Amino acid sequence: MVKFNIKDLNIWFGSMHAIKQVSIKIQANEILSVIGPSNSGKTSFLRILNRLNDLNQNFRMTGSVKLEQENIQSIDTELLRKRIGMVFALPLPLPLSIFENVAYGVRMHGEKNKKILGKIVEESLKESYLWEEVKDRLSESAFKLSGGQQQRLCIARTLAVQPEVILFDEPCSGLDPISTAKVEDAMVKLKQKYTIVLVTNNVKQAARVGDRTAFFLSGELIELDKTDKIFTAPQDKRTEDYIRGKFG
Amino acid sequence: MRNPHRTQKIAFFFLFLATLLIVIPVGLIVVIIIQKGLPAINWQFLSDIPRQGMRAGGIFPAIVGTVYLVIGAIIFALPIGLLAAIYLSEYSKDNLLTRLIKLAIVNLAGVPSVVYGLFGLALFVVFFKFGASILSGSLTLGIMILPVIITTSREALESVPYSFREVSLSLGASKWQTIRHIVLPNAIPGILTGTILGLGRAAGETAPILFTVAAFYLPRLPDSVFDQAMALPYHLYVISTQVPNVDEKVRYGTALVLLALVLFMNLVAIIIRYKFRKKKKW
Repeated sequence: MVKFNIKDLNIWFGSMHAIKQVSIKIQANEILSVIGPSNSGKTSFLRILNRLNDLNQNFRMTGSVKLEQENIQSIDTELLRKRIGMVFALPLPLPLSIFENVAYGVRMHGEKNKKILGKIVEESLKESYLWEEVKDRLSESAFKLSGGQQQRLCIARTLAVQPEVILFDEPCSGLDPISTAKVEDAMVKLKQKYTIVLVTNNVKQAARVGDRTAFFLSGELIELDKTDKIFTAPQDKRTEDYIRGKFG
Repeated sequence: MRNPHRTQKIAFFFLFLATLLIVIPVGLIVVIIIQKGLPAINWQFLSDIPRQGMRAGGIFPAIVGTVYLVIGAIIFALPIGLLAAIYLSEYSKDNLLTRLIKLAIVNLAGVPSVVYGLFGLALFVVFFKFGASILSGSLTLGIMILPVIITTSREALESVPYSFREVSLSLGASKWQTIRHIVLPNAIPGILTGTILGLGRAAGETAPILFTVAAFYLPRLPDSVFDQAMALPYHLYVISTQVPNVDEKVRYGTALVLLALVLFMNLVAIIIRYKFRKKKKW
């Protein structure tokens, strides 16, 4: 099943043409990795999917982005973002307790019942493999957690609103290898329930977790294929150069 | 022979001297006023009405008047200033109108206080027929401190990291929910600081209340917001220039009370800022 159907997407920030004529279909329950050097448009692409680019005053786009047949421009942004969760590059806990961080989105969507909130928080933290580490200190500030724990907290926070798609924007760029492995584990397991789009600077990470991999360069989609194919027999010379570390 | 070390030492000396020069007037003002005013301070001075043509008795009505005016000004200026700051920092787009508004705020801050007084007289006292009253005075002071409150509140709101807003929005919270639950709670210390600085300014100004509220001599407490009131700065002006043979002690005592009131407010602002800054978690 096609989750996202992106057709002829062009985006600009002011006069900068950030994405050029990109068409991608994202399948449900796959992990699509997006790789490419900095400034290649991967994060801008990701932020199209939950319309976070709309916050930028100079943002313009053409083309169509459909979420299960429905044009995302016609979906209410709050509703869209509830369905499309996002985990950011740096662990960004809100200045609240661990519990309140996870409960935040659910609360904002109107849930007030403490029992239900408690259940959702517990389930979400279990799903992101953080529950055992924090279950005794849910009321502490989220800033007391380590970087890796904070990032898993952010994943739990995203899961709590029960999205269909999770966008990961270089989620491990600030983490040590062990925390990275934990986050990657979580991602692979989450795939069964969610569609995942992973933007990463770490080529090896794309190879480890991605079902398919897309390579962006200067706002263009150069190549999109099964991950093992991209990494063993890329069609395009530029993809090969990037993967081999010749530039970027 | 040029000696860079000696040049540096001389430069440091002058830099230090200039800095020290800032402290001297502040110190002298405080010391002189305390020295000359402290003997006047006693319970009667603080709690009694002025007597013998304001040459004796206390300054209680003036203290109360100033407190009323300050509270009135804040009731008026804080909500408007805060809402305007939220609009400017969170909602406004960078267009001509916004730039015009920002320019207006900067200019509002630069208007001399006596002009505020005349403006208050024309608008509130005469046009709205509030008369010379606590209401007119509070509104005039409120307009005067609006720029302070808007500017500090905006800074406080804008100092909340943008990423918090993105996170909140990305979870499907609306813009208003984001402001209400994430931005505002983290901006409160800055907003409070600005508010209290505004209070201090409102308490100390003479010109804006001159034509709008201040009573030359009113040896009782005001009954309603439509009453005139005495106020410390104006009372100080009156007993220093308009009434002959006022004991120096009384004048400096009044100045001391006013100074203490303003310094106390600033101190509270500093403590709040310090406490929240220590608690800040990002």
